[in-house]
Amino acid sequence: MVLAQESAATGIGIYLPLVLLFALALAFAVFSVLLGPLVGPQRYNKAKQAAYECGIEPSPQPLVGAGRMPVAYYVTAMLFILFDIEMVFLFPYAVSADALGLWGVGAVTLFIATFFIADFYVWRRGGLDWN
Amino acid sequence: MIPFLAQAQDPMTRAELIADDPLWLILLKAVVILLLGPILTIFLIVWERKAVGRMQNRPGPNRVGPGGYLQSLADALKLPFKEQVIPETADRKVYFLAPVIAAVPALIGLAAIPFGPEVTIFGERTALQLIELPVSVLLVLAGASIGVYGIVLAGWSSGSPYPLLGGLRSAAQVISYEIAMGLAIVSVVLYAQSLATSAIVDAQQSGWYFYLLFPSFLIYLISMVGETNRAPFDLPEAESELVGGFHTEYSSMKFAMFFLAEYVNMVIVSAFATTLFLGGYLFPFVGADSPLNQGWLPVLWFFAKMFVLLFGFIWLRGTLPRFRYDQFMKLGWKVLVPAALVWVVMIAAIRAIRNDGNVSTGQILVIGGIVIVVIVLLSLLLPEKKVPDEDSVPVTGGGYPVPPLNLKVPETTPRRKALQAKAKAARKQEPAALASTKEGSNHGDV
Repeated sequence: MVLAQESAATGIGIYLPLVLLFALALAFAVFSVLLGPLVGPQRYNKAKQAAYECGIEPSPQPLVGAGRMPVAYYVTAMLFILFDIEMVFLFPYAVSADALGLWGVGAVTLFIATFFIADFYVWRRGGLDWN
Repeated sequence: MIPFLAQAQDPMTRAELIADDPLWLILLKAVVILLLGPILTIFLIVWERKAVGRMQNRPGPNRVGPGGYLQSLADALKLPFKEQVIPETADRKVYFLAPVIAAVPALIGLAAIPFGPEVTIFGERTALQLIELPVSVLLVLAGASIGVYGIVLAGWSSGSPYPLLGGLRSAAQVISYEIAMGLAIVSVVLYAQSLATSAIVDAQQSGWYFYLLFPSFLIYLISMVGETNRAPFDLPEAESELVGGFHTEYSSMKFAMFFLAEYVNMVIVSAFATTLFLGGYLFPFVGADSPLNQGWLPVLWFFAKMFVLLFGFIWLRGTLPRFRYDQFMKLGWKVLVPAALVWVVMIAAIRAIRNDGNVSTGQILVIGGIVIVVIVLLSLLLPEKKVPDEDSVPVTGGGYPVPPLNLKVPETTPRRKALQAKAKAARKQEPAALASTKEGSNHGDV
């Protein structure tokens, strides 16, 4: 009995409610998005279909989707990946910090210091400046 | 009497309680959590409009329903009946998918939040939480970051410059502030020694983390406003710069989905902050066994704390002007992230020293205080950096900053060049024209 209960509380089954909620949320969102064209009016108008640019002639765009973007966003994205990986390693450390003790603190300080080097490099090179 | 005895004999952990739920109860909880988002959104919008209205000395919406409180319900019912306009340049598949991607993670975000302790629903013992995972905190964080896909894809697929800029800004903003947010959460996890939300709430019985970990709380509060793209960090939808930002080209229910996602995300981060820092559903100053912390009452405490935080969002919007984008990124990367990292290392060290060695908290605080004072004094000794102020206005006019009156207008603008050319041409023609009129007049005389 105890074993069965434990497996119920730790097995993959605990994710069942989340899957259920996901299905419900997906149904809600898809229904809402599809509801608009069904019940709303449809009046075709050439000017209405043009991209909105405050009334001026829309600037030419690539055939599908949007065009180029400033390079600074790529730097931010790379930095984000760097720090997100740092966070991924910090969470398991935080959970077992008490068990690891002072040795753990030393290790994690070294780890964070390594990231600080990268951070300061980007900082000094102006990667964090938006002008 | 018999169920009472059974309860006393059979203590179950929270995870077991939730895992034992029958299917109808899971469904009931799922539907309640799903509807909680839209209902709170409808209430929040009207509350925000009324509160901001009062802050600006106007009544706000006061026509629809009692006191105007049904205004946003009416708006929500109106939206599906509006025409949907799709720009020709849009990538239609992604364009339709983006609002769904934005709304779904927002709607499931509340699943891992513990709303209350053990209760009995229709004779079934359970805890007020949809799922209890050992890693619930990561689930909430993951949901928050998946939502940004919807926003950036919406901006990209519209095929229009303003939405693209708004979507990019939003993506950069959310990922920047997510790091600060995650690092603030790391220190909570460090203190609670668990990634389960209910365990974090239980660990706060001895003291809420918002004062034990005050710097983390501050970092979390700032980054939660940045993460949800709310004023003063509402740069992705800065209407004075980008029209509507990423949802400029969206209308009808697809626009409603983005609006819903924004407000539900506000609810999620506030509920998460309540769980992590404000003791979750616990009532202050009493133990978990007190009648105030049993049954359905704690749900009330939870929502009270959450609404305080939500009012903070509204208050910020009514008070502060929008940040400039470079200031905003500077705050995130140059202040919040380094501060959060240093703070995490500091509390990790303090905890380890306190647990390992025979050093008391008082000694650590004294030594830490001395170190901080020394650092502050050293920073005072550093020479102040001179910033060359090139654009400064010279102070004239009797001490008042009057702009210089001898400003030179550049000669190089195309319009000016055209005007000059025109004037030149006119001057060339002028003598000839003058001569001809003279001749004409002479003839007339003769």
